[in-house]
Amino acid sequence: MDETKEIKTKEMVLNMGPQHPSTHGVLRLRLEISGETIVKCTPFVGYLHRGTEKLAESMTYLQSIPLMDRLDYISSMTNDVGYCIAVERLFGIEPPLRAKYIRTMVSEMSRISSHLLWLATHALDIGAMTVFLYAFRERERILELFEMLCGARLTVTYPRIGGVRNDVSQEFIDTLYKFTEDFPNKIKEYETLINVNRIWLKRTVGVGIISAEEAINYGLTGAALRGSGVDYDVRKHFPYDAYDLVQFDVPIGKNGDVYDRYLCRVEELRQSNAIVRQCIEALPAGPIMTSDSPKYTLPPKDKVLNNMESLIHHFTLITKGPMTAPNGEVYVATEVPKGELGFYIISDGTGKPYRMRIRSPSFIHVSALPRLCEGGLIADVVANIGSIDVVLGECDR
Amino acid sequence: MEPSKIADMLSSEFAGEVIAINEFRGQTGVTLKKEKILPIARWLHDTPALCFDYLRDLCGVDYKKMKDPRFEVVYNLYSMTHRHTIRLNVQVADKQPIESVVSVWKTADWHERECFDMYGIVFEGHPDLRRVLMPEDWDGHPLRKDYPTAGPEGEEWSGFKEVLKKSEDFKKFGWYR
Amino acid sequence: MLIDGTLGLVEVEKGIQVIPGANTIITSLDKVINWGRKSSLWPVTFGLACCAIEMMAAGSSHYDLDRLGIIFRGSPRQADCMIVAGTVTKKMAPIVRKVYDQMPEPKYVIAMGSCACTGNVYRTYSVVQGCDLFLPVDVYVPGCPPRPEALFDGIIKLQEIMMKERMRWSPLK
Repeated sequence: MDETKEIKTKEMVLNMGPQHPSTHGVLRLRLEISGETIVKCTPFVGYLHRGTEKLAESMTYLQSIPLMDRLDYISSMTNDVGYCIAVERLFGIEPPLRAKYIRTMVSEMSRISSHLLWLATHALDIGAMTVFLYAFRERERILELFEMLCGARLTVTYPRIGGVRNDVSQEFIDTLYKFTEDFPNKIKEYETLINVNRIWLKRTVGVGIISAEEAINYGLTGAALRGSGVDYDVRKHFPYDAYDLVQFDVPIGKNGDVYDRYLCRVEELRQSNAIVRQCIEALPAGPIMTSDSPKYTLPPKDKVLNNMESLIHHFTLITKGPMTAPNGEVYVATEVPKGELGFYIISDGTGKPYRMRIRSPSFIHVSALPRLCEGGLIADVVANIGSIDVVLGECDR
Repeated sequence: MEPSKIADMLSSEFAGEVIAINEFRGQTGVTLKKEKILPIARWLHDTPALCFDYLRDLCGVDYKKMKDPRFEVVYNLYSMTHRHTIRLNVQVADKQPIESVVSVWKTADWHERECFDMYGIVFEGHPDLRRVLMPEDWDGHPLRKDYPTAGPEGEEWSGFKEVLKKSEDFKKFGWYR
Repeated sequence: MLIDGTLGLVEVEKGIQVIPGANTIITSLDKVINWGRKSSLWPVTFGLACCAIEMMAAGSSHYDLDRLGIIFRGSPRQADCMIVAGTVTKKMAPIVRKVYDQMPEPKYVIAMGSCACTGNVYRTYSVVQGCDLFLPVDVYVPGCPPRPEALFDGIIKLQEIMMKERMRWSPLK
C-alpha cells in the first residue's frame, strides 16, 4: 500500500479539434486531463476568421448584407435583420409596418430552423441519432419556405435597409400557416424521444452548471443565460420590429445546467411558432419599403426602369452608398438564436461604414467554455459545447 | 435611469477624466481619458444605483489621421437590474497600454485579446494576452486602417508558405498526379 | 447484346463479357476496382463553414447520401474522399492539408462552395483564395452554398472520373 502512494500521475494533454465531428465547425480545445476529469480547458478560435469587419469597411452599407448572411449561417435571416435595424437606426429611418411584421415572421422562422439544427446536432453528440433525422425533416420544410420567399435556402439576403426585398406571396403564407399548425405536434415528438430519456437525463442534468451572476459576468446571452434564470431577452428589453406588438413568453431555467438550457430552447421553439402565427394573422397591408427617406433606400424597380432620376439615384446608391449618411455611432443589438448579436457602427458621413464591429454571441460563449468544462468529465465537454450553441462562422467573423 | 444623467454622475464623480459627452440617436457616449478606466469601471459596476453588471461589447477603433490619440477602446455597458445603458469611449494613443477590466467583467477577457490582436492595443493586467483570431506568429494588426484588406502585398504568413511548399513536395508521392 | 460466335461470350456492357451458364465474368481489373471504389465513397466529416450545413442536409433524411454508398467517417484514416466544405482560412490551411495527408491513397478532393473554389467575396488577408492552391482538387462544386442537389451532382461527376481511371491501384506507373 505504501508503494502506491508514491506513484505520481501526470496530467495528459488531449487535443480536440479543429477537425472533430462534435465541435460544430472548427473549434479547437486543448484539454488537460487527470484521468477522466478535466483540469484545464483552453479553447482556440480563429480558424474561420474571414475578416468580415475589415471587408465591411470597404463596402457600402447595402453591399454588406450578404456578408452578414455568412456570419451565422444557420440563421442568416436574423443576422440580416439585425444588421438592417442597426443601419436604420444610424440613418434614422423606420420601415413600414408590413415590413416589420414580415421581418419578425422570417426571423422567428429562422430561429426555429436554427434551434432545430441545434437540437439535431446536440442530440447527435450525446448519442440520440433519431432526433437528428426528425429535426432535419422539419428544418427542410422551413428551408423550402425560404426558397419560396427569396430563392435561397441558407444565405437569404432578404431584408433590405428600410424594408424587405419583395413581398410575401399568398402561397408562402398558406404553406407557412400549414407548417405552424403541424409544428407543435412535431415538438412533442422530439420531447417524447429525449425529454424523459434516462440516458439523456444522465448526460445533461447537473452538467455544466453556471450561476446567474457568473453567467452575466461572463457575458452569456440567449438561452445559455436564460437557462441560469436571468430574464434577459433583447426582444423584450429593447423591442425592435414588431416584437412589441406580438405576445410571447421568455422561458427561464432554474439550475443553469445543460438540461435547463435544452428545455429553454425547446420552449422557445413553441414561442417562435406562436409568434409566426400571430404575425400571419396580424399581417397588415401596405408598402414593404419605406418611401419617406429616398436618400437611403432603393427606389422600386419599375421606377428605376422608367424614371431617369430614380435610375441615377439607384446607381449612386449601389456604387457609392448613401452619400448623406450622418456622422455618429450606434450600438444596436438584436436577439438571434444564439444570443445577443450587436452591431456597433461608426459612420464618418461617407457611403461606407468607418468601423463596423460585430458583437457575436458565440465568441463570448466559447470564452466561457472553460468555466463550464473544468472539473467535469471528458464526455461532458461535447454536451457543454452543444448546450451553448456556438457557430464558428459568427465566433470568428 | 436616463443615460445623460449617468453621464453627468460620471463627470461629477471623476471630474478631470471626462473629455466629452455626445448623444446620437438616443444613445449616450462618454469620451474618457484612459488613466482611470479601471476605477471608473469598478465604480460603474459596484454603485448600487448604476449596477452595470453586463459588458455588452468591448472593441477598438482606429482613428488614424482623424483624431489625435489614434485609438479608442469602446465599452458598451448595460444594467440587467435597472435596464439602462451607457457607452464609454476611451482614448488610447499609439503604443500606449491601457488597464484591463477583466477583474470587473469576465467578458472583457476575449474581447481585449481580440482588440490586442486586431489593433495592437496592450491591456495591462490581462491574465493571458495572446492573439485570439489570427495565428500566434502573424505579422501586423489587420483592422488598423493602414493594413490593406487583402493583406500586405508580396508578404505571406510563414505557416501558409510552409503549406504551399509541402503541397509541392508531396506531389511526387501522389498516385497519378 | 452481342453474342460472340466462337466462344459463346455475351457482352453485357462495353468491356464486360459473361460466359452464359458458367457463372463467370470476363473484364479488366481496372473496371472491377473502379466499380467497387466508386460504390463505396467514404468522405471524411470535415465541415468548415456554411457549406457544411448543406453537406449535413445532404446527408440527412431528406436527401440521403447513403443511397450512393456514401458514409461519413470521423477519421481521415478510414476515408478516401475529402469534401472541403467552406471557407479555408490561412490559419486552417495547415490542418486541412494535414487531414488530407493522413488519408490513405487513392484519395479524392471535392471543393464544395465558392469559398473553397476561389475564395468567394472574401478577398481578405486571412482567406485562402481557393483550396486548389495546396490541394489537388478533382471536382469543383460552385454555389454559395451549393444546394444538396449540386453536391450530389459533384459526387456523381467524381464517380464518373473514378470509372475512367486506369491502373490506379498501384503506386507503380
